[in-house]
Amino acid sequence: MDIPKDRFYTKTHEWALPEGDTVLVGITDYAQDALGDVVYVELPEMGRKVEKGEAVAVVESVKTASDIYAPVSGEVVEVNAALEKTPELINQDPYGEGWIFRLRPLDMGHLDDLLDAAGYQEVLESEA
Amino acid sequence: MKETPLYRAHLRHGGRMVEFAGYALPLQYTSIREEHLAVRRGAGLFDVSHMGEFLIRGPGALAFLQWATANDASRLRVGRGQYSMLPNARGGVVDDIYLYRLAEEEYLMVVNAANIAKDFAHLKELSRGFAVELTDISEATALLALQGPKAASLLQGLTDADLAQRKKNDVFPARVAGRPARLARTGYTGEDGFELFLAPEDAEAVFEALREAGATPCGLGARDTLRLEAGFPLYGHELTEDTNPLCTPWAWVVKGEKAFYGKEAMLASPCADKLIGLVLEAGIPREGYRVYAGDRAVGRVTSGGYSPLLEKGIALAYVEKEAMEPFFVEVRGRKAAASLSPLPFVPLK
Repeated sequence: MDIPKDRFYTKTHEWALPEGDTVLVGITDYAQDALGDVVYVELPEMGRKVEKGEAVAVVESVKTASDIYAPVSGEVVEVNAALEKTPELINQDPYGEGWIFRLRPLDMGHLDDLLDAAGYQEVLESEA
Repeated sequence: MKETPLYRAHLRHGGRMVEFAGYALPLQYTSIREEHLAVRRGAGLFDVSHMGEFLIRGPGALAFLQWATANDASRLRVGRGQYSMLPNARGGVVDDIYLYRLAEEEYLMVVNAANIAKDFAHLKELSRGFAVELTDISEATALLALQGPKAASLLQGLTDADLAQRKKNDVFPARVAGRPARLARTGYTGEDGFELFLAPEDAEAVFEALREAGATPCGLGARDTLRLEAGFPLYGHELTEDTNPLCTPWAWVVKGEKAFYGKEAMLASPCADKLIGLVLEAGIPREGYRVYAGDRAVGRVTSGGYSPLLEKGIALAYVEKEAMEPFFVEVRGRKAAASLSPLPFVPLK
């Protein structure tokens, strides 16, 4: 499974990539593979204030629905509207075109509470 | 977990294994959507060896089956099959089944995997007083399903039988890839296709021969999306011990002009609900989601999911008999608009 080293991870399989004073959020390669064909994404509303660990979006595959949680507290400042027409971007490019939403964290420092690539790798191994 | 004779083949071809009715079976090999579309456009191959098979033999076989099943077994000529149900004493459904007449006094009943023990005990009990012998041959039977518009042409290259002469619901012996098999032109996808009853030791060779001839191995995921699109019931969802089949789209199975176990109770119980098909504009309905007619909660989704052909969420739901449009399905706290759909959801063969 591909785990890029340039970003942070949650135990619930989201990734968070810092860009300026915002973070881009998506789901990991492992998560998209486990879900199977993604067929629908419920995106959050712009401007929504979210708490760390709050369900923010929903990714539906043919077989199941999965909540996507906020990796840090903050405000939703952008959503990936392309997913409304082409939800399969999450399968095809989970770390790139398949990003789900952008948050402006209350405190960028909170990212340090998340896992790094090595830590996330350990989580996957313990689940295997 | 039990393994089917194809367990090793599933692993070899990358099957993502899950537990289903006590068996380890592939949910998918590559992608549910791809496997689904392979069946709608080409030919897909399923391992359904987990399903149960009973042999019913003897001079009293027909009389017994007339009593134990809701459909009219006397209409079955040798070499033909029919969809039927086993009613319980209160007119509900013990199981939905397929019944094939193999010989004058010999029938093959195919039952749902999760119900094998329950069905056999039920039939054994009902068979008292009939000159009939029941044998559970589930463990000694492997079952493959080859389904799709190209199923017949693909299978023809591997069998000595003239498939053009065989109609839907025919059952007949044939050799496939050199192995003895019993073929039935039936299936659970809404497509043309065949079910192949095999000895367990022949299953892998036949599976590989069909796969090499171009059939796409398919898992349980596609089996469920296909049957949902086809508007077929799944036992435990649309049909249960408490479901009166007369209140379902499968009421045609029940032949009220003959006597059968549970008939009086079935005819006496009124229908409070009806089963409908719903298509959502956005969102995917799942089992258990509440259905509304306007502002009023009127029922629940019994099977829901994504239709790879319609590219929309679809559902089978029981709602109050009088419920009328506009319908909504509550998807995670939001009411999603749902339009009434005839069944099947998509045009089928």
